Amino acid sequence: MNSNFPEGGLKIRPENRAVVASSKSWRGSPTGDRVTLTLGVCALATAALTTWLGLFVTPPDQVQGQLVRLIYVHPAVATMCYAGFVLCALASLAYLWPRTRSRRWDRLAVAAAEVGVVFCVLTLVTGSIWGRPTWGVWWTWDPRLTLTALLCAVFIGYLALRRTGGDPDALAKRSAVVAVICVVLVPIDHEATTWWASLHQTSTLFRANPLIHGEQLYTMLLSFVAFGLGFAWLVMHRYRLEVLEDRFGEEGYGLAIKERRAEGGRRVGTQPVSHQGEIAT
Amino acid sequence: MWRDAALVGAKDLRIEYRSRVATTQVAPYAVLVLVLFGFAFDQNHTLLSKVAAGLFWVAVLLSSLLTVQRSCAIESADGARDALRLSGLDPAGIFLGKTLAIMAQLFVLELVLGIGVVVLFGIELRDPALLFCSCVAATVGLAAAGTLYGMIASGLKVRETLLPLLVLPVVAPVLLGATQTWMAALGTASAGTDGWKWLSLVGGFAVIYVAAGTLAFSILVEES
Amino acid sequence: MEPVIRFRSAVALAGGFPVLAGVDLDVAGGDVALLRGSNGAGKTSILRAAAGILRVVSGEAAVLGADLVCDQRAVRRRVGLLGHSSGLYDDLSVTDNVRFSLRAAGAPAGRTGQALEVLGLLGRLADAPVRSLSAGQRRRVALAALVARDPEVWLLDEPHAGLDAEYRDVLDGFIRAAASRGRTVLVASHEAERAEPLANRIVTVAGGVVVGVELVAAQQTPGQQTAASLGVATVVA
Repeated sequence: MNSNFPEGGLKIRPENRAVVASSKSWRGSPTGDRVTLTLGVCALATAALTTWLGLFVTPPDQVQGQLVRLIYVHPAVATMCYAGFVLCALASLAYLWPRTRSRRWDRLAVAAAEVGVVFCVLTLVTGSIWGRPTWGVWWTWDPRLTLTALLCAVFIGYLALRRTGGDPDALAKRSAVVAVICVVLVPIDHEATTWWASLHQTSTLFRANPLIHGEQLYTMLLSFVAFGLGFAWLVMHRYRLEVLEDRFGEEGYGLAIKERRAEGGRRVGTQPVSHQGEIAT
Repeated sequence: MWRDAALVGAKDLRIEYRSRVATTQVAPYAVLVLVLFGFAFDQNHTLLSKVAAGLFWVAVLLSSLLTVQRSCAIESADGARDALRLSGLDPAGIFLGKTLAIMAQLFVLELVLGIGVVVLFGIELRDPALLFCSCVAATVGLAAAGTLYGMIASGLKVRETLLPLLVLPVVAPVLLGATQTWMAALGTASAGTDGWKWLSLVGGFAVIYVAAGTLAFSILVEES
Repeated sequence: MEPVIRFRSAVALAGGFPVLAGVDLDVAGGDVALLRGSNGAGKTSILRAAAGILRVVSGEAAVLGADLVCDQRAVRRRVGLLGHSSGLYDDLSVTDNVRFSLRAAGAPAGRTGQALEVLGLLGRLADAPVRSLSAGQRRRVALAALVARDPEVWLLDEPHAGLDAEYRDVLDGFIRAAASRGRTVLVASHEAERAEPLANRIVTVAGGVVVGVELVAAQQTPGQQTAASLGVATVVA
């Protein structure tokens, strides 16, 4: 029965909110712990190393000159954007599948989508900064760019849907359906440079014979590690924020039931109440 | 499933026939959009005939939003959504039925708009097979995505504003593909554009949206 | 005998608010049970939960042997709910509305005419769009759809509201006739003097829980009333 509990968004009277907020299990649960701390430190360290290698060690490009240094930022950021959306869709699928349905997947989906949108915006910004000196324009209606912008738009729509409130289970299902549909754009966006004649260059790394070598290659790979760690760090914090919100709702559940029964003018607790006990489990 | 689809589709079309919202409001709106494009481009016929394909599909897209809103409004009035759930109709059937009803309305609308672009923008229709096939594929895609997202947004207080935000980016590839196909068919595309290849993109999206809707509708109807 | 409607500590939420806070309720086949209680006590929510459109999130709930906690849909074609909102399509005619709801539920549409006749909806009204009807007339259309379907469980939410004296008597006749054929009827009503004579089980609801159940003898035997009530027997037979 426990899996059926809707764990969030219960309405609690203001005077009881303080009770919930000050209860033991809610207080003193920040989103960080040793794992996230380690992740964060590693992310910062690798990012610093990438910056040093990217700016001072690696040589400038023959054609692009200093601009090539953006290759240590833009591809990694774009990959994290894809990772966020794919993770969101996979978690949504797991939520929709009845056997694996759990609030955990829903939390992971919203956390991954939010971080994905942040990286998607960063992708567009860094791409734009790169495009201005190389193509002469901030923006062009190239398939790759257009599809990335669309990808950003559909996941902003997803986040807008998530904010509409109401029954948390219903919302989780609606959002999961949207996420699974929206993620179809990711492979299309990724293949856009090969399917259409595109201004945007094709993949530098993921081919039989990578276009860059030596320290450039290592720096680029390191940038993926740095942004990957940063991505994991963000998703974990965001996920734990959802856990806290759910716990807030869960503790409100018992109170809400009490309040509801009190409306009938009866003394609370005259009837055996089994479900209040279940909440703690 | 198909019995339920026919039942729901016939019901929606009957409501449309009785209320005549599609003929008295949506179709004039679509033509108005075309006329406004004409004003905006200052009766520059060469330019208008060049971009006619894009204008046609933008007009179809905007009107399809109205049709979808209308299709959702039917089910949200006076407890009709509960009634639909109570009736025990197969959710996949409801989805297909509502999609078919929207498709039927969009076909009529495309016919009107097609005549509109020929008369107002002075274009010549070539390659009718390609034009027709792209209309079918794009209409299936628009109707299926619209019905699916209409259900996702239904019951929310912010439905009217949320629906366009959700639907427009999702159907943008359909718009893109259909426009390119039409440009190829009308001979206004850049050289080397293969209309049938773009058509396969539109068809692919149509298949995805129909499959997603058929599978997801039961989840959406049963959610609360 | 296994009760037709069985709730055990059933909790249901609406927008995060526990509208049902642990309901225990048994209703047997052929019973007419009256739900009474103040506004917002949870009467409508019990009916909606029994109809399979309000999800029971914890506890047990079963109607006609089908478990509502795992599968809400199974029960829907077998129960009929007459709710606050009529669930009718404004732009369709009276006949089309009744016919659609019958076909959707998989019931034969043949009884439409008789049901409309008993509820005074033939003639001019039959082809009028529902939009143009008064609240009482809409109520009668929804009732006609329910009667023509004749589901195994009747869930009636304030059924007398908006009806005039003549059709209140018709409605009472329907309820008695349904019970006499072994249908289970659950009525939520404020109008004690109207509803209590119909019921053989009076359930008091407060604060989202059942606070009292009282068994009473129905005041008239169903059979006598059926024959007297405006040819109802021919419609629902």
